[in-house]
Amino acid sequence: MKANLLGAIVIVFATLASLDAGAVLPDEVLTNPVLEARARAISKELRCVVCQNQSIDDSNAPLARDMRILVRERLVSGDTDRQVKDYLVERYGNFVLLRPPVQADTLFLWLGPAIFLLTAFGGFALYLRKSKNQQVITAPAPLSDEEEAQLQRANEDAA
Amino acid sequence: MKLSVFVPLAVMIAIGVGLGLGLTNDPRTLPSALVDKPLPDFDLPPVRAEERGFKHGDVKGEVALINIFASWCVSCRVEHPTLMRLADERRIPIYGVDWRDKREDGAAWLTAFGDPFKLVGEDQNSKLAIELGVTGAPETYVIDQTGRIRYKQIGPITEDVWTQVIEPLILALEDEAAS
Repeated sequence: MKANLLGAIVIVFATLASLDAGAVLPDEVLTNPVLEARARAISKELRCVVCQNQSIDDSNAPLARDMRILVRERLVSGDTDRQVKDYLVERYGNFVLLRPPVQADTLFLWLGPAIFLLTAFGGFALYLRKSKNQQVITAPAPLSDEEEAQLQRANEDAA
Repeated sequence: MKLSVFVPLAVMIAIGVGLGLGLTNDPRTLPSALVDKPLPDFDLPPVRAEERGFKHGDVKGEVALINIFASWCVSCRVEHPTLMRLADERRIPIYGVDWRDKREDGAAWLTAFGDPFKLVGEDQNSKLAIELGVTGAPETYVIDQTGRIRYKQIGPITEDVWTQVIEPLILALEDEAAS
């Protein structure tokens, strides 16, 4: 009984997990599973232009729905994934891509973090080397006669 | 004190200024990818059954505006009086695209507030909207006499936008045509 219940719960959660349909409505889904999978993959890379930081696959916005349908129509008509994306980039610019392409004006965007990290590591290495040099321990100078005498007296007082 | 002590502070200030400038960018204004490209082909059905709709060939040899509007679009009401005034003055032909709207709602909206458009078509499934790279309503495209998109106004055409941006552009385009 207990095992059955557990099994049922596992099945429910497994089903829920596999139902990652995004915002895609049943009437949008293509009958050809291969094309549908490609459409989903493309949709995840395309920005919903009315909601800024959601993909059209995730967005319930009406324009996102129309774009999902357009992506599917173009795939059915034989476009490659590349052509579908290019079609939208031609109209909306690179903004429509969630992942900006590597090109001259986006180079800093892509390399910036690496440059910052390297600079930070370089600075840290310099700092380490510097503080290591300063740590050379020089043996303390021997006690002077006067200090020797003071020590002698202190010991005698303590005894 | 060594000058290198101030390096981290200088870097922080530089980053702060850079990010601060970034905040002044309005994420909603996107440069249009279609500026200077020819108007895409389209053939829209009418909003009101008795009319003939709006198609690509209607915009020909004249500087014109194409206005994306909808009955659900609140800021379209803001610019509507300006469009009405321009239509009354016969300043420039304005064509309307009723975007993602119910036909009867669009027609009722035009009846209620007035119709500034030479021709109106409806674009229920965003076919033309996506062709034009529309990101919201209202949006207005300035078309030159050779049928190219020359400017895209995102958001309402207020009197300020008209006098400062669109009218000077139109005057320049008309000069271009005359010469």
